[in-house]
Amino acid sequence: MNLLYSFCIALLAACGVYLLLSRNLLRTVLGVALLSAATNLVIFFAGRLGFTQPPVIVEGEEVLRAGAANPLPQALVLTAIVIGFALVAFASALVLRTYRALGTLDGRKLRAAEALGTPFSDGGRDDA
Amino acid sequence: MLERLMDTAVVWPVAVPIATAALTACLWTRPRAQRVASGIGLWAMFAAALGLLAVVVRDGVQAKQFGSWAAPFGISFVGDPLGAALVAITGLLAVAAGTFGLADIRRRQERAGFHPLLHGMLAGVNGAFLTGDIFNLYVWFEVMLITAMGLLVLDRTRAQLDGTFRYAVLNLLSTILFLMGVALLYGSTGTLNMADLAVVLPRLEPSASLTVASLLLLCGFGIKAGFFPLFFWLPASYHTAPITVSALFAGLLTKVGVYACFRVFTLVFSLEGTGIREIVAVIAGGTMLFGVLGAAVQWDVRRILSFHIVSQIGYMLLGLAVATPAALAGAVFYIVHHIVVKANLFLLAGAIHRASGTYDLRKAGGLMGRNPLLAGLFLVPALSLAGIPPLSGFWAKLMVIDASFRGGAGWLGALALVVGLLTLYSMSKIWMEAFWKAPVLPRTRARPVPLAMVLPIAALGAVTLTIGLFAEPFVEYARMAADALLDPQAYVAAVAPVLPPEAR
Amino acid sequence: MRSLIFSALARPLFGLMLAVSVIILFRGHNEPGGGFVGGLVAAAGFAILALADGGGRARAALRVHPVELMGAGLLLSFVSGLPGLFSNGSFLTHLWITLPVGGGLKLGTTMVFDLGVYLVVLGGVLALILRLYEEPSA
Repeated sequence: MNLLYSFCIALLAACGVYLLLSRNLLRTVLGVALLSAATNLVIFFAGRLGFTQPPVIVEGEEVLRAGAANPLPQALVLTAIVIGFALVAFASALVLRTYRALGTLDGRKLRAAEALGTPFSDGGRDDA
Repeated sequence: MLERLMDTAVVWPVAVPIATAALTACLWTRPRAQRVASGIGLWAMFAAALGLLAVVVRDGVQAKQFGSWAAPFGISFVGDPLGAALVAITGLLAVAAGTFGLADIRRRQERAGFHPLLHGMLAGVNGAFLTGDIFNLYVWFEVMLITAMGLLVLDRTRAQLDGTFRYAVLNLLSTILFLMGVALLYGSTGTLNMADLAVVLPRLEPSASLTVASLLLLCGFGIKAGFFPLFFWLPASYHTAPITVSALFAGLLTKVGVYACFRVFTLVFSLEGTGIREIVAVIAGGTMLFGVLGAAVQWDVRRILSFHIVSQIGYMLLGLAVATPAALAGAVFYIVHHIVVKANLFLLAGAIHRASGTYDLRKAGGLMGRNPLLAGLFLVPALSLAGIPPLSGFWAKLMVIDASFRGGAGWLGALALVVGLLTLYSMSKIWMEAFWKAPVLPRTRARPVPLAMVLPIAALGAVTLTIGLFAEPFVEYARMAADALLDPQAYVAAVAPVLPPEAR
Repeated sequence: MRSLIFSALARPLFGLMLAVSVIILFRGHNEPGGGFVGGLVAAAGFAILALADGGGRARAALRVHPVELMGAGLLLSFVSGLPGLFSNGSFLTHLWITLPVGGGLKLGTTMVFDLGVYLVVLGGVLALILRLYEEPSA
């Protein structure tokens, strides 16, 4: 079971890295989103998988029962999901803005920062 | 009342910027009130940082739990000598950059959200310096990252969009690697509190999971700090931001990565135990060398300075790699010296732009005759960066290189000396092109540099001179901080006076 | 795209979603719910107004700028942690008082914190959505 889970996380991370290396800017953002999903699964995995009860205190008791799941990784995953959501939202807005400024989503056309401080006196070569 | 404030001193350097960020966001449609609130917030944060430093010097390591959850279950904030010193320097830098921003930040940049983002970033930086919980460190890293990206793209120019995208992707990757390392660490040890990890980890036998976790953490912090070969996002993006923002980035963001490395690899992991000390030494050498070689070919002032950030990070990592008390003391002194000097140099780049109209050294010139004050102010941080006595950089380089020769890493010390020579080459290049040579453009009068720009440059230069001429108390403090790093007894004792062995 | 049916239904739907979001906010203290989900549902309500009648309608219904809402929420959450700091020495320790109203009404600073989270999420999501909605196309 653990092995299957690890393979799935590895597959997800591999897809994320493949997308991250893509030329299309939006695919890069999708790659980041997939990688953060894989990382969330790793955090969840760190809390040990198993058939347990949800970590909710039963009505009338004071502490968690012995067979309940570990609530800490779930809290960590929630935090990571919220942060990841904010970052992917910002990155998507950035890509949209770049598309509106450049007219294309091709990463090879993204040369403005290099041209701004280029040490070559001809302003850098644009060969795309 | 003052006693109560001093008792909770470790909370205020983070609480004040958060409150100011919220306040300036509430005042979004009233720009004058926003500016006033932002200025008060900056000075209040500086006062809080100095208060924390005073309390740590007087009473030792400070620790506070949040939400009344006892350690190691709750989140702790810990102010030890290194963290308190960095928070104090952050306060100084924030006030300096804020004063410079009075002359530099335009209305439309303020409308794009400069003030809330600035204070959010300062809250993230201070939080990262003061937190005692490794997942909380991740949260502050993310706060810093989002607000920094917002600041980087403030004008929405094409260059900024390009630079921010490169910055975003690589730093997002770095936080993902960091989070994976934290997850593996939690899986092996069952705790997230750094003091508890310091107690628990020496008892576990080394496993593949722990080694992978330490390597992931090194990579995550390394991308953030600008280690070789992962630093290429830094010169690709730092020169596109408004110069006030660049100065803040240069002084703070990479140092947070370096601080996290120092904290994790002295308190949580040990370099010998995980066997990565040789890797860290090679990375330090490569960072120093390739950073300065990259700077040697540039003609844009900001680009030269960006590559120099990378190169100087190598010196700090050198102190960690050698890991003797003297080397760590040198590295701590180096961090403090470098924050002041690097931010000062970026502010000077902004002043050069204001005076001559360009950042390109091929087009600038003749500033020494037309603005001798600026020339004099430039000499202080430039010579300090290159390591000329009696400025602070000389003592910093002396401590680090001497410790590396005594600690057995002679090749690193020799490399550091060569890199120092090349740094001097870059600084003299800026001097000769921007100040010494005859002006290229047909401009007969240099534009005046406003007082709001000169004042923070002069103040930071004065700090550099003070650290250089009266180095003894600063060196003593660095030695104390390094001893606290190498022997975490005081840190662990401050967080939880009695940590039961099965506390998990 | 102005659809009459959608415009006519948008207003009651908006009111309903706001009411549900407040219920979710108050429910979150002891049962699933809370500030984050409540904020998202409320933002969805405003988004329905924007979809039906345009971004200007949603901004008019919101009355304040979304970033000001975020700032107010952050300030509320921050302030809710202060009583703990001054009474106990520990920031974000939450305190409760029981008012002798009805069957003993328990008020706590956790509600203030959650309300702050609600406002931050509402303001943040709306700032993003309304900005993206109104950008002129290239």
